Amino acid sequence: MTDLFSKFDPLIKQREDLLSTGVTDPFSLVMERVISPTVAVCNGRETILLGTYNYMGMTFDADVIASGKQALDDFGSGTTGSRVLNGTYAGHRAVEDALKDFYGMDHAMVFSTGYQANLGIISTIAGKGDYIVLDIDSHASIWDGCKMGDAEVVPFKHNDIVAMEKRLKRIPEGAGKLVVLEGVYSMLGDIAPLKEMIKVAKDNGAMVLVDEAHSMGFIGPNGRGVAEDQGCLEDVDFVIGTFSKSVGTVGGFCVSNHPKFEIMRLVCRPYVFTASLPPSVVATAATSIRKLMHAGAKRAHLWENSGTLHKGLKDLGFQLGTEEPQSAIIAVIMPDLERGAAMWEALLHEGLYVNLARPPATPAGMTLLRCSLCAEHSAEQVQTIIGRFERAGKIAGII
Amino acid sequence: MDRAATADRIAALIAPFNKKGVDVTDATTFAGDLEFDSLTVMDFVAAIEDEFDIIISMNQQAEIETYGQLVDAVVKLQG
Repeated sequence: MTDLFSKFDPLIKQREDLLSTGVTDPFSLVMERVISPTVAVCNGRETILLGTYNYMGMTFDADVIASGKQALDDFGSGTTGSRVLNGTYAGHRAVEDALKDFYGMDHAMVFSTGYQANLGIISTIAGKGDYIVLDIDSHASIWDGCKMGDAEVVPFKHNDIVAMEKRLKRIPEGAGKLVVLEGVYSMLGDIAPLKEMIKVAKDNGAMVLVDEAHSMGFIGPNGRGVAEDQGCLEDVDFVIGTFSKSVGTVGGFCVSNHPKFEIMRLVCRPYVFTASLPPSVVATAATSIRKLMHAGAKRAHLWENSGTLHKGLKDLGFQLGTEEPQSAIIAVIMPDLERGAAMWEALLHEGLYVNLARPPATPAGMTLLRCSLCAEHSAEQVQTIIGRFERAGKIAGII
Repeated sequence: MDRAATADRIAALIAPFNKKGVDVTDATTFAGDLEFDSLTVMDFVAAIEDEFDIIISMNQQAEIETYGQLVDAVVKLQG
């Protein structure tokens, strides 16, 4: 008998080698208590959270929590059904209305996760004979959406407008074309030149899907994302987003002005063949989205935090993913996985949680300590964070 | 373009990616013999695509394991 698990042996060995050095397993951390959007207790130690994508700090917002509790009382703990059968409650419609208002778009469709939103929309709209042209650094959910569909998949070098254009021009005449881009790329925290890229896509007859998971709520005048910020949102055919970052709960969505968009509800399998979100989740999401429409002061503070941390870490001598802060993600580049894990552990001992990201999730085989800031981080907390990076960086020999 | 001429042009393109100086034949595999990782594959495919003004989609790449298969695919894609 061939052991089907033998294909995982190299990864099992890599993990064993890493853990045999005595380092804490970075992929099995438990948050024992969560005190606020920015503080939790891990291993009995009060820890500042700097790796949660909780950009707008909505998870403990009093109105958000109250609406969730009310929905639990009024509608129960779960829907036990698909959106197209018994799983659409008033709250599911209400959160889709909130999204339409937030983005100023005609249609909104809510999925049970952000992963499923990309999986479902991409695999459904690009079919056999169509071409998907996408950035090589796209999120796993985009790649999996490509893999699940029957379209021809054509990647291009990250943010490379010329490489994208060359590929679009080589696609056979008459074939359907979908260009897939992200507003913020979550590994390095860099943004895409969407205005230029979308123009090239449109000039070449492609429809455009933009994943704005890491920009919703704080990039753009109304927090609609990078496309809004660059003045090209009206040229985006499909915006994909998530509730699990700025919105502060779980779920995913697609908003669109396409006149036939509603048919997606019947043909998109990751939408149809899964249970809908619990009533409490859609209630918290709707409340949070409506509050994010008027969160100008929080947005400004988040950008201050991002700028302060970026400068602080750069001044300490850390190598960062971007020259300037472009989003609420600051990626600190580690020399290798071993020293990255050591630095991660040293930070945890200092009372700071960040994401350890490693291949294959990262571009160019990099090991990253990915920091995501929150609008609820105080200016003092950001200074504390910089101090902890300095001490941990010296302990781990990074700076 | 015939197979030999196509093979010559691909041979010239592969040289900078053939870091270990492997002797390339039609049976040479990209993953095994040449040890191409996913990033190398992307850069190499882009070089081939630009040279011949073709698209080799991920779907087509999945069918190409050896150098000989690549040459055959490029000949076919040029029509």
